[in-house]
Amino acid sequence: MNLITPPAPHIHSGNRVSSMMTKVILALIPAIIAYTWFFGWGLVINTAIAVTTAVASEALMLRLRRRRLAPFLGDGSAILTGMLLAFSIPPLAPWWITVLGAAFALIVGKHLYGGLGYNPFNPAMVGYVMLLISFPREMTAWMHPYILEQLEIGFTDTLGMIFLGHYPYDLSLDALSSATPLDLVKTELGTNNTVSEIMANNALFGDFAGTGWEWVGNWLLLGGVLLIYQRVITWHIPVAILSTLFVIGSFFFLADPDTYPSPLFHIFGGATLIGAFFIATDPVSASTTPRGRIVYGIGIGVLIYVIRTWGGYPDAVAFAVLLMNMAAPTIDYYTQPRVYGHPGGKA
Amino acid sequence: MRSSAFKLFRIRGGVHPEGRKQDTCGQPIRELPMPALLRIPLQQHIGAPAQPEVRRGDRVLKGQLLATSQGLISAPVHAPTSGVIKSIGKFPAPHASGLPVRTITLEPDGEDRWIDLDPQATPLHLEPDDIAERVAAAGIVGMGGATFPSAVKLGLRERFELHTLVINAAECEPYLTCDDRLMRERAHEIIDGIRITLHGLQVNKALVAIENNKPEAIAAMTEAARAFDEITIVAVPVRYPMGSEKHLVQTLTGKETPARSLTADIGIVVHNVATVRAIGEAVRFGRPLISRVVTVGGGAVHEPGNLQVPIGAPVEALIEACGGLREEPAKLLSGGPMMGQPLPELRVPVVKGTSGILALTTAEVASKPTMPCIRCASCVDVCPCGLLPLEMANRARNADLQGAADFGLMDCVSCGSCSYVCPAHIPLVQYFNYAKGALVEQQRAKHKQEETKRLAAARAERMERLAAAKREAMAKRKAEMAAKKAREAEAAQAAEADDAATEPTDAPVNKLAEPQVGT
Repeated sequence: MNLITPPAPHIHSGNRVSSMMTKVILALIPAIIAYTWFFGWGLVINTAIAVTTAVASEALMLRLRRRRLAPFLGDGSAILTGMLLAFSIPPLAPWWITVLGAAFALIVGKHLYGGLGYNPFNPAMVGYVMLLISFPREMTAWMHPYILEQLEIGFTDTLGMIFLGHYPYDLSLDALSSATPLDLVKTELGTNNTVSEIMANNALFGDFAGTGWEWVGNWLLLGGVLLIYQRVITWHIPVAILSTLFVIGSFFFLADPDTYPSPLFHIFGGATLIGAFFIATDPVSASTTPRGRIVYGIGIGVLIYVIRTWGGYPDAVAFAVLLMNMAAPTIDYYTQPRVYGHPGGKA
Repeated sequence: MRSSAFKLFRIRGGVHPEGRKQDTCGQPIRELPMPALLRIPLQQHIGAPAQPEVRRGDRVLKGQLLATSQGLISAPVHAPTSGVIKSIGKFPAPHASGLPVRTITLEPDGEDRWIDLDPQATPLHLEPDDIAERVAAAGIVGMGGATFPSAVKLGLRERFELHTLVINAAECEPYLTCDDRLMRERAHEIIDGIRITLHGLQVNKALVAIENNKPEAIAAMTEAARAFDEITIVAVPVRYPMGSEKHLVQTLTGKETPARSLTADIGIVVHNVATVRAIGEAVRFGRPLISRVVTVGGGAVHEPGNLQVPIGAPVEALIEACGGLREEPAKLLSGGPMMGQPLPELRVPVVKGTSGILALTTAEVASKPTMPCIRCASCVDVCPCGLLPLEMANRARNADLQGAADFGLMDCVSCGSCSYVCPAHIPLVQYFNYAKGALVEQQRAKHKQEETKRLAAARAERMERLAAAKREAMAKRKAEMAAKKAREAEAAQAAEADDAATEPTDAPVNKLAEPQVGT
């Protein structure tokens, strides 16, 4: 009988890296369906491109780093990075944008730092920010939510737009796209309009945030709550981000509702919800202590509001997350839990 | 008395492993048929091994002393049945290492004849010190697995102000049901043991903590304790590691035991439930600890159950009595699956601290290859001690022992909750146990080095003092020489002046030959 065994514990919860990643991927799917409902096939195609590129880049880097392929390709982390990146890219962005972003995320954002578990920054956000800075035109051409009501744009049309740059009905990309609600508010506020004027006069706005976007947001929220319920993530980071945005947003909104949009607009607008539940909670790059996660979430919430309101970019989730990624090790150091038996604090 | 309104306090973290107790908890304790040979190790406890009092060929009776305890922290060993001493030699220990330890081999004669016992009809009238003495003589050690000599714990009343006795009947390890069965079947004996222990400690309050997944045990104990107001049965939540002494005390009292101290520091002594029963048996009936209840479980065992087992019975006899193995086990363990020890082979004996023998299948073990840490902090969330296992493991793995210690390595109780939940299947506890051992070793080496350094410094200082003394002597001699020269010159001058010169005759004493202090 071969009884050479490692020491205790001799049983395991059955939790695995791959099952955690799979749960996150599944939680994202309702929002992808909602997104596709409102904005067409672009996201589905982009997701396919991004995931394929991400997995291929991961395989290439594992090869170069002489690591075993099976356990790491099977963990699902590259697939998730691809999906999150695709979610961040405008649905009609040309294919090479997505390929470039996904490859950069995996190769530079992840493997040059040592691969799974060692990247200090969220790889999807590294890829996104690289694209946003390098290709601002392509990265800000978002789809107008009412285009699909006016025009019949099918799957093959979308494929043609993404891969060949062929736009149907002899339209241009500019005609099909529009700014995001966040972007619009930002530019219009610069022309001395009040928030209510801007929102009343534009079809981009729905009940409390952008048309379509608010529904995608609802499904992201649902997916996020499921992740907390499944104990894949803890409540700390999302709750800290959202309540910080709500508190700061309410403060300025109540002080001057003409200049500052409502807190709900901040929560359901832009990338806030996907950021709070799916991006900031990326375990590798986030804070690990209970109090640290709260500090980390508050930091992200504050940075989102500050950059959106007074900074140069209409949305700020990616920058806020990357900046707080940088601070995470320091936050962890200062927020270590109190050790049992040490009334004064740490061991 | 049962208090359903007993106020409980929350402990940090913890996990909820599947109990897997249903296979064994419903079946009565069975007597293990006497094996052909008993192998009784001389060290079944923390502390010094016992010293044999018998020789090969001796006939012994059941309960007869086989080996006496050595020193303050030790325990004697008694014959589990009557028979003949076959040998006193080395035999593999029931420990992962399988290293041979000194063991008495006893061949039972089948008569199972008791030695003359010294019962005590009124144990509550004994002096507390007599109780401790009887417990010590009966070889009772902590039967929950820690195997600390129980008499030493009874003596704590001399050093600490005690107010509460806590009976650890949480049995939070999956699979194990030996305490559960004991409480269902022997509740009155346990309560008697608790009363005797209370008297021995001179304490008038006992809390019996039972995880609330054992309703039958709680009912039986509550019934048995009905007449005694000083004993409260408390149902505690099911959460591993509820049975960790310090965490159980925190659950019951809200108080934390200071780091590296005993629970006695906050006035509490904790005994396992089987241990107090053994105390009762020893004090009231004079019976030493020579058998115990062992859970035989795991998916690889045909008919899992609980057995009353004489100390020294081979593990294979227990498995045989439970229908044998249905498949080759992936792991063979002594104790529970969370903190138990892998056993090296089936021949090793049951000892006083063996609460369970588990033969687990591959499916039960659910072991997977290790992945890199993804910093998910599941380990942080479940750690009952408030540690950051991922940071400690990182440092331990890179041999940064001090770094690991700064993160609280020495406060880790090795409960295994972190390894249990780790999605990357990192053997965190293995790192910590390694690092703890290495750290202790390092501190010992450091102490030795400092001692060497101190001695070297003392020697250097002594040598310096000698050299200084030498230099001083030299200078003194030089000065003397100079003075002499001056005197001579003076004398010569004077002689010249007197015209009556006389040469000095006294030769200078060799001042260098001053006695030297030995080095």
